[in-house]
Formats: sequence, C-alpha cells, structure tokens
Amino acid sequence: MTAASERAPERTSGEQDDLPPVPGGHVRLTIDDRIVDAPKGELIIRTCERLGIVVPRFCDHPLLDPAGACRQCLVEVEMNGRAMPKPQASCTMTVADGMVVKTQMTSAVADKAQQGVMELLLINHPLDCPVCDKGGECPLQNQAMSSGRAESRFVEEKRTFAKPLPISDEVLLDRERCVLCQRCTRFSRQIAGDQFIELLERGAHQQIGTEETAFGEGEDFQSYYSGNTIQICPVGALTSASYRFRSRPFDLVSTPGIGEHDASGAAVRRDWRRGAVQRVLAGDDPDVNEEWIDDKTRFAFRYSQAADRIARPLVRGDDGELVEASWTDALERAAGLLVTARDGTGRRSSQGSTPIGELDPANGRPTGTEEEPGEPKRGVGVLPGGRLTLEDAYAWSKFARVALATDDVDMRARASSAEELDFLAAHVVGQGPEHVSFAALEAAPAVLCVALEPEEESPIVLLRLRKAARTGTAVWHLGQWSTPAVVKTGGHLVRALPGAEPVALDALPDELDAALDLPDAVVLVGERAAEVPGLYDAVGALANRTGARVAWVPRRAGERGALDAGLVPGLLPGGAAVADGDARAALASSWGVPELPATPGRDLTGILRAAADGELAGLVVGGVEVDDLPDPALARAALREADVVVSLEQRRSEVTEYADVVLPVAPVIHKAGTFRNWEGRDRRFATTIDPSGGSAGRVGGTAVITLPDCRVLDTLAVEMDVDLFTQTVEVAGAEFARVSEALAPMRAAANAPFAPSTRANSPLAEETGEPTLRLATWRQLLDGGRLLVDEPELAGTARPPKVRLSAATAARLGLVEDATVGLEGPRGTLHLPVELADLPDDVVWAPARVPQPDGGVVTLAALGLTHGGPVGIAGGRHAHEGSPA
Amino acid sequence: MPDPLTPVLTKHWLGPESWTLRHYTELGGYTALRTALDTAPEDLVALVKDAGLRGRGGAGFPTGMKWSFIPQAKPGEEPTGPAAKPKYLVINADEGEPGTCKDTPLMMADPHSLIEGCIITAYAIRAHFCAIYVRGEIVHCIRRLHAAVREAYEAGHLGKDIHGSGFDLDIVVHAGAGAYICGEETALLDSLEGRRGQPRLKPPFPATAGLYAAPTVVNNVETIATVPSIVTGGKDWFRTMGREKSPGPKIYSLSGHVERPGQYEAPLGTTLRQLLELAGGMKDGIPLKFWTPGGSSTPLLTDEHLDVPLDFEGATEAGSMLGTTALMIFNETVSVPWAVMKWTEFYEHESCGKCTPCREGCYWLAGILRRMVDGEGTEADIDTLLDVCDNVLGRSFCALGDGAVSPITSGIRYFRQEFVDLCGAQQRHPEVDRIVELSGASA
Repeated sequence: MTAASERAPERTSGEQDDLPPVPGGHVRLTIDDRIVDAPKGELIIRTCERLGIVVPRFCDHPLLDPAGACRQCLVEVEMNGRAMPKPQASCTMTVADGMVVKTQMTSAVADKAQQGVMELLLINHPLDCPVCDKGGECPLQNQAMSSGRAESRFVEEKRTFAKPLPISDEVLLDRERCVLCQRCTRFSRQIAGDQFIELLERGAHQQIGTEETAFGEGEDFQSYYSGNTIQICPVGALTSASYRFRSRPFDLVSTPGIGEHDASGAAVRRDWRRGAVQRVLAGDDPDVNEEWIDDKTRFAFRYSQAADRIARPLVRGDDGELVEASWTDALERAAGLLVTARDGTGRRSSQGSTPIGELDPANGRPTGTEEEPGEPKRGVGVLPGGRLTLEDAYAWSKFARVALATDDVDMRARASSAEELDFLAAHVVGQGPEHVSFAALEAAPAVLCVALEPEEESPIVLLRLRKAARTGTAVWHLGQWSTPAVVKTGGHLVRALPGAEPVALDALPDELDAALDLPDAVVLVGERAAEVPGLYDAVGALANRTGARVAWVPRRAGERGALDAGLVPGLLPGGAAVADGDARAALASSWGVPELPATPGRDLTGILRAAADGELAGLVVGGVEVDDLPDPALARAALREADVVVSLEQRRSEVTEYADVVLPVAPVIHKAGTFRNWEGRDRRFATTIDPSGGSAGRVGGTAVITLPDCRVLDTLAVEMDVDLFTQTVEVAGAEFARVSEALAPMRAAANAPFAPSTRANSPLAEETGEPTLRLATWRQLLDGGRLLVDEPELAGTARPPKVRLSAATAARLGLVEDATVGLEGPRGTLHLPVELADLPDDVVWAPARVPQPDGGVVTLAALGLTHGGPVGIAGGRHAHEGSPA
Repeated sequence: MPDPLTPVLTKHWLGPESWTLRHYTELGGYTALRTALDTAPEDLVALVKDAGLRGRGGAGFPTGMKWSFIPQAKPGEEPTGPAAKPKYLVINADEGEPGTCKDTPLMMADPHSLIEGCIITAYAIRAHFCAIYVRGEIVHCIRRLHAAVREAYEAGHLGKDIHGSGFDLDIVVHAGAGAYICGEETALLDSLEGRRGQPRLKPPFPATAGLYAAPTVVNNVETIATVPSIVTGGKDWFRTMGREKSPGPKIYSLSGHVERPGQYEAPLGTTLRQLLELAGGMKDGIPLKFWTPGGSSTPLLTDEHLDVPLDFEGATEAGSMLGTTALMIFNETVSVPWAVMKWTEFYEHESCGKCTPCREGCYWLAGILRRMVDGEGTEADIDTLLDVCDNVLGRSFCALGDGAVSPITSGIRYFRQEFVDLCGAQQRHPEVDRIVELSGASA
C-alpha cells in the first residue's frame, strides 16, 4: 500500500463532496459502495484486499503474472456509468477512474458467479480431504466454505486419474485434485525459469505434466525450486514426497526461522511436532526471498535427527575409543588439553613425524622431518567452519583470542587466499544492505557475477537476478559456459578460460564495461574467486575503475557473519586489523584482558600445515568437513599430528574421529541466533524447538539437549579460567554489537582504502606443443553435503554430475555425448558421463564434489585438481570406479 | 425479382481447374492487386471501411475498422512503441465450427482469391509477413494452398518488390494440430508461435500485441477473399448487395435435411425460406423442426424463424447470432435433446481446459445430457442444465463457453417438452431433490 493510498478517503459513495484531490498516479473508484484511491495499474483484487474485502481466488498470486484462468474472483464492474455485460475477473482487470466495483458482498450476480465457479471446481474434485496433506490449510476447502454451496448437484461420474503421479522424486502430482490454476507452471516459467512442467491434454482431461509423464520418458521436474509449487498449489494436487502423510497442519507448531543452507538468509517457516521438524516452508520477506526458497532450504532438515547426531560429550579413552562422558569431565579434559597445547607444555614434537605426502623442495624428503628435535609444539589453531551464527562466531572469535591467545583462526573451510582477506577487509567487512541488497540487484542497470554460479551456490540470489533480468537489468556472468543460470538471466556470458578470469575482467566487452559505469551497477563475487590468484584484485580494480558496487556472496550461511566477527586471521571483530595497535588495545580493554595477540595469524592452510608440521600443538575444530578443504590430505595429517583436537560438532564426522574431546553443539533448530546474510543484513531467528521446553520438544521421548557454540565455548573457557561472557545468545549478540560499533571507526577498510595489490596474476600453466586440458569447476547445489543426509527424495532431484566440454574438444579427444570418461588428477581418477556445452576449447568442466553410490563423496580437490589447473581425460571405463588415491 | 444468388466468391468454383493461377488470372484475377498497389494503403483501409465489409468469421466486426487499429508510424516521425514493430497479417483458416464448411471449399476451389486478398490487406496494413493458419485436418486443402502460394511467388505476386511497387510480402501456410480452440484468434496466435493453443488474456489485443507481441490483424478466409472484389467493384457496388449495416454477399452453407445441401452465395439478409427454395426444399418433404443460423454455437431457431433476415442484426434480433452462416437444418425426425447432447459432447471434447466454467461445465452438461438421452434423467436435471449454463455463459475466459451453452439453452427454450418427455415417470434424483434453491435458472 502506498502512502497516498493509505490516506485514501474511506467514505461511502453517498458523501463525495469534500473529498481530497486524487493523488498523482492514482485513480479513484468505488468498491462495494466505498470510495477508494488506488495506484494506477493496480488489479481490482489487490485494491479489494487493501479494503479488507476478500474475493475468493485460486490462480491469482501477487508475484505471478495474472492468468484469469480459474474465474473464481468474478465481480461486477461498471465503467462510465454502464455495467459491463459480463462479470469480470478481478485478478486481471486493473482499476480505472470512476469505476464502480461490486463484489460478492454487494452484488447478487457476482455472488452467484462465484458460487457457480466453486460448484464447477468441485464436481471433479475428489472427496479425499481426510487423507489429503492440504486438508486443514487448503484454499479450496476454505473458499468452498465461504463461497460455495453445502451440497453438490453433481451426480455424474467424477473424472479419475491414476494417482499420485511422481513428477520428480520430491514432488507428487494428484491430477484429480488439481484445479488447473497454473500457479505451478507459471511459477516455473516466470520465477524459476524452469520449463519442466506444462499443461497437457485439454478440456476435463487437461493436466499438469512433464516430458516424462507425457511421453513415458524424458525430463522430469528437474528444478531446484520445485518445492515452491507445492507451497503455492491452492489444493492438494502437488504434494511433497518427503512430507506426504506425515502430519496434519493443525497438529503442527509453526515457527519462523532463517534458512541455514546458503548465505541469503531466506525467511522460512518450520513446522514441527514431537520434537521433529516435519517440513520447511518459505516465509514471506519481500526484502530478501519474497515468498520463494530453493529445494535445499526447504527439504534438507533431517540432519538434526540423523543417527550420527551427538547427544552427549565424548572423550577419547585410553583404548583410543570415544566414549560418552559428563559435561563436567569432558570440559575439564578439553580445557586441560587446550591449556597445555596453548602454552606448549605438552610433549615435544615427535621426531620423524609421519610424512604427509608433500616433499620439501630443498632436500626431496618429506617435510616435517627436519625439525629441530625438542622444539616444543605450541599453540592452538582454530577452525570454526562457515556455518556459525553471528553470536556463535563472535564467541569463537573471542575464545580464540582470549582463551587460546591466538590469531590462528580461519572460518574458511574451502579454498582461500591472503588476497581474499585483503579484498574482504577493504570491500566487504562492515557493509550492510544499504550498500548492495536484493532490491539493489533489481534496481541495477547491470549486474556482473564473478566466480559465482548463483543457481548452484546461492539459489535465492538467482531468483532475484532472474527477476531483475525480466525487468530490464542486464545480468552478466563471467564463466566458462552457458549454465542454466546464465540462460535464465538473459544469456549474457563473458567466456573466460578458467584461471584467466582476471585477464577477462581487465578487458570486458565494451557493452558490459559501459553498463558497469552506470550508477548503481553491481558486481557480485563468489568465494571461489580465491581459487584464481589475482581475481579478487581484479574485481577490486574493476570496482575502482567503473564505480560499480561490489558485494561478496559466499556459499555458506555463516561466512559473512564470521567475517564481521573476526573469524579470519588478521581481522578483529568489527573489522579492525589485528595489526592496528589502537584497535587491539580498545578491544582488549572492552574485553577486560591485558592484551591480545598482536601478530596476524595463520590462515586455514597455514594452520593445517603448522599442525601437520608439528608446530601447532592443538586444533579446535567446528563444523568442518575434511572433504570440503582444498587439501584434504593435509587436513588429515594435521588432525593426526596435532596433540590435541577438540571438536565442537552436531554429528559424528571425520574430524570427530581424530578428536580427543567432542563437545556436542546445537543444530540451528535448537537455538536462537542471527545469520548475517551476504547483504550484511542481520537475520535473527528464535529457537524453533526447545528440547528442554517440555515433551513437545523431545525427540522420541528422549531429550537431546544441546547448547549453542557460544554457551559451550563460554563454559569451556571458564574451565580454562577465562570469562567470555557469551553464556547466552542474547548476551553474545549484544556484546558483539557493542564491540563492533566501538571498533567501526578503526575498521581496516576505513583506514586503508583498497588498492589492487601488486601481486601479479599467476600465469596460466605454460603452453606446450600439445593442447593442455584445463579444468573449470564449482560445486552443485545438491552434491551429497553433510546437511543433506537422510533426504533421499531431495537427493533424487540433484543434477546428475557430468563432465562438460566443447564439441570440438570432444571430437579431438574422440568422445561422444553420454560416453563415460575418466577425469584424471595427480591423485586419482573420477569417471563421469560427458555432455557437450559451449565451453572454450580445451576446457573441461566438472562438479567439484561428486556423491558416490556408497554414500561417500569424491572431490576434485582430493584428486589434486583445481579450477584453472591442468586435467587429464581418459575414456573407456564405466562410472564410479574412480576414487582418490 | 432479382436473382437471389450473387456469386462473387463462388463465381469460379465450377470452372475447370479453378484453383490454378492460370484459371484465376484468365478470369480477371490479380487485377485488383495491381489497382491496390497503385493506391495509398490508408485509402484501401478507408475503402473497405466505407464498403461496410464485416468479418465473416462469426462476430461481424467491421473489417476496415480492425485494420485501422493497427498503429502506424506518423509521416515524418520516428515510430515508437507498437508502431515501430513489424506488422503481421494472420488468416484464420482454422474452420472448425460444427456445420461450417465455407472456407474449406473456397480454399479448395479458389485459393488465389484468398492470396490476392492477403496481399492487398497486407499492403493496406503495411505488413510484410502473412500466415495462413489452416485447420490441420483438411490436408488436401493445405496442399492446394501450398501450391497456390508457390504459383503466386513464381508469378511475382509474392516476394520482394511485388510488381515493382517496392512492397514485399511473404506468405506462410501453417497447419494447425486439430484443436477447435485455435479458431479463437489469440489461441491461434499462441499456436502459431509454437505454444500450446489457449486463449490469451486481453488486453493487450492483437492489434497492438498479437503475433510475437507485434501489431497483428487476424481475419477470416471469407473476409479477406472478399477484399479483391471490393477493390475491383468499389464500395457502391458492394453495397448493392445485402443490407445497410450488413452489406455484401455471403456464403450460406446449407447442410442436413435439405434436397440440395451446399454453398449458396447470396446477399446478407437472405432468409432461410429463400435459401430452402434455392436448395430444393426440405429433403423428402419432411417438415423443418429446428436449425442453426451459423454453426452450433449460435442458438438454434425453429420453423417460426423462416423469414428472419440472415444478417448480423436480423439473427441477433431473433435471439441468435449470424455466426458462420452454417445452416444445419433438421427435420422432425431428429430429437432435440439428442442433437444437443452431440453438440455438447463436441464442446466437452474441444474445451481447451484453461478456465473452470468451460472445462468443468461442458463435462457436467454433457454428462447430464447423456444420462437424459439414456432415459435416466429427471425434470430437475433440466433446471440443473439451465443453471449450469447460466454459470458458464459470460463466466468463461473466451467465447467457447458461451457457444457451448447456446444449443442447450435454446434447445430447452423451444423444445422443453422433449426434455421433459425423456424423463418419463422418472423420480427426481434423490440427491438433486434435496437442492431446493436454484437461483438464476431461466428459460
């Protein structure tokens, strides 16, 4: 509602004399004898909504283009004093000056028209509401009550269909219940850009279908956004395979929450009962996700009840096995170990520690063998992972600096670089949605995505980019091939060789360069920029050159908050540099400690290497998946070599297998908190299910009570004789806000404007006579990640992993589409089918992480393959034989 | 008494190989084209407007006015908006209305009259692309059209710089896939674009956003085939036929129980009585019972209506519509409920499914009628039929729903007793009996 229309005169049509003038851009009309001013172009049904007049409807949806298909919203309309001969669909007709609208409230004709349509909708609708998932929250049920007759005159045979008909692993179609409103097909076409579902047949046999249902083979509903169709279906025609028959809407408790699977911070609603989430729905937040979420956010929630969930602390016994222990014992043990490690008072570095597969260039022997015997291991590295809430991240940051007295902390459980830190400090830390927001993407004349495949890595961003592209924004992608995201956003691709993206950014097409010069142009850069040396610098230079605003879109929900909380080496909470003595002093004083570590610490790889080399004595690890790391082998060596490994985890993982002490922490549904999304917008959420809050929150009768990281770390710190004052989420959050504000003037960016570093772009691998194949890679949305456990239906909708290359390259290599080829890296081979795509010649694209039938995953990193690096292709074998060495 | 027949469009149909370019040209074909190319486009629009030509597809919209809705660039100004887009001419040759059989024989016997009309019309609206959307089932006719278009290209009537006029035109003959709904102009456009044929939301209307969202004229075959004769004969000649508001000749298609069914081209306003005389009267002398003036979507009429002048006004005043002037004539041996059931089954089969009233209404109505014809109806069913018709008429997305209920409401209006008689001693259906309120039922 606009401000002007809020002032709309609320009069009856009898008293028109002293009305204020019609505000600009508005028209004045009468609805049910009430005079109202409405913005030009508004649909009658919306104006009615603002007046509190509910016109029944099915096909109408405020975020979809009007269809006028269901005819449920018929009203009587008079124009220029003459009644239109037929009732009009209020969802398709826009308001006009002097129009007189009579809804079912004041018009017998409209009322009968609506009752007639309702009766017709019901003649072929099955009476299976008692077993229908939609029963109890069904617009058809509700509106049949409000706008229908109690009894049907229909005595003929109802049309029947086989049901349910799976249109994907996740979405089931009941064609008998469908009222053919086309919300699902219109959503897929307009919002998601996925044309996998369409109307088939005609008349009473008309139905929703896919290529597969129509022809018996072909594509099914392969959309990352398919779940939205279930949510907006106004009847029980589209249901979720994973939710089907699980509960009744009126037995569920609905709690608003924030999506935990990506950096968008989508508003969600979690419906739960008996301690378990039954389903997740999209919340309505016009600023962020509008009313849509992706299927990962919607369907991946059972991980919090997975069999490997850790309910109680675990301590490694003398026999080397982890056994459950009391919190008291576990905390005492962990604290003791960490203090020893921190202070270097433990055992000395072992001589001839296990080689870790890396050779020292100086002597050709494995590194770590040349240490001075007796040099004490000292210090603890902190790897919190990228999925923390802001409050938990702050607690980790403070724990590292105060309890462990170290700056060796890095939340980036992925490829990362020092260049990235410079970039983030200069362009990202401390920025909020007033800098770049979802709305800004829509308003921008041009958006360029760099090292970001939005549909795979931040699917809500893709939806907004598509909306922007549909309304005039030129959306460009710097990438290697016309991915679905490129196609859906208008097809503007700057094709670069992998690894040569910085060069491409320096020489963009004139059209794009000019567009980025326009005010409000935006560059979105993904975390993968760290994989290409010089790319972050090039983005910074581009921003300086064009004036485009830059925003950073990481994959994980917690990275943006963790960055601001100082969970990277060299940056304090609030974004001040560790090297800045004044900032350090201010923070130390605020924290009530004498001093803080003054040397910028090691980053992820530095920490892992130091631990593996026997320099660091301990590691505290949060939600980190070894396979996600750029060098899993190094990580395993580090975990093996560290004297002390304390793990804060929700579930047993590869890290817990190395841990001396495992402290269980709460999954997102069992705690309150804040995700700071990529915009820098704080997305607060309350506890969904409080396991201690009575029987409703208990799982299967046994309460699994876990605590947020901030509380666990606070208690652990107390055992180390340090106070963090992060005992509750609220306290931690308030202190972070205070500290952040106090340190804002000392933010690194404020003090040292970003200058593209002098680092030279790393040259591409030397060209030799033979054409070298170069790898391009990124992760797909559904690729067997840890949070996708126990969701077979969702996994069934994953895009099949494929190797993509150009037709010319395939021809040169003698490959044909669908042939299985081996992707060869220094440490192993992975077999995948081939698909041809418009890549540059001699470039091979493959997903960075490929789930295997046995439940494991193979990552290209584990094979020693990197984006921009060389890769080998071998044909001939069947898929799934490969594994990392 | 003047000759009741005025063969203009049908004049050459019986000639040998009438469909060939040679035959058409020998009889004066493509002379109108030369005249037209020497005329300013806007003068052609004015000519057709003044002649009073109205659309022959059923609705009778003034053709010249439709052409004048196409936004054109103003002289000396850079065109903007729709005027800056290409214009298209689309011929609706998806003749699917039950009983209608005028366009198909026209295109079979005299395709060049249509093509010449297309060229003149395209020139008048400044279109350089014309698509003829032909009903997919009439394969032989499609072949004739293809051959005729090829001949026209070879003769220089189509292509670049037609006869040195600087005017370019391409014609594409496109076969539909067998859906009645694609006779609805916006569904036709969607189908032509390769989409599912379902009617579009209006506005925008085709005149501003039609084919490929560009200004488009959609006209019926007979309408466009009439254009060359107007260019040659002039508006005054054209107005010597027919009546003031409905001038010109019209092909009346007589089918059913008449001695000589077929196409009779006569001035608009000719009555069924006159047409029956031309057709040799009712077959075997069995008296007329009911008939449709213009296909099954026009409410049926009875022997009371023999003297209704069959033009747009006359048919409307009689409570029906002129439609496609497909006169289906039924004698006393035919059961009205049975005929109505068959028609309703057609609409049930052809409803596109987009909107609720038509999709579900036709399904329901056909079900009730089948049951009644099977002798299992009740009198309450008649009320239900009428009330469901009331809930479909004017509530559906396009006119298909309106047409679908025409036979039922008019059938009951004139022959209610036949429906009652079908029920015999049937008890009211127990479920139906409980419904006491039937608001809106009317007959």
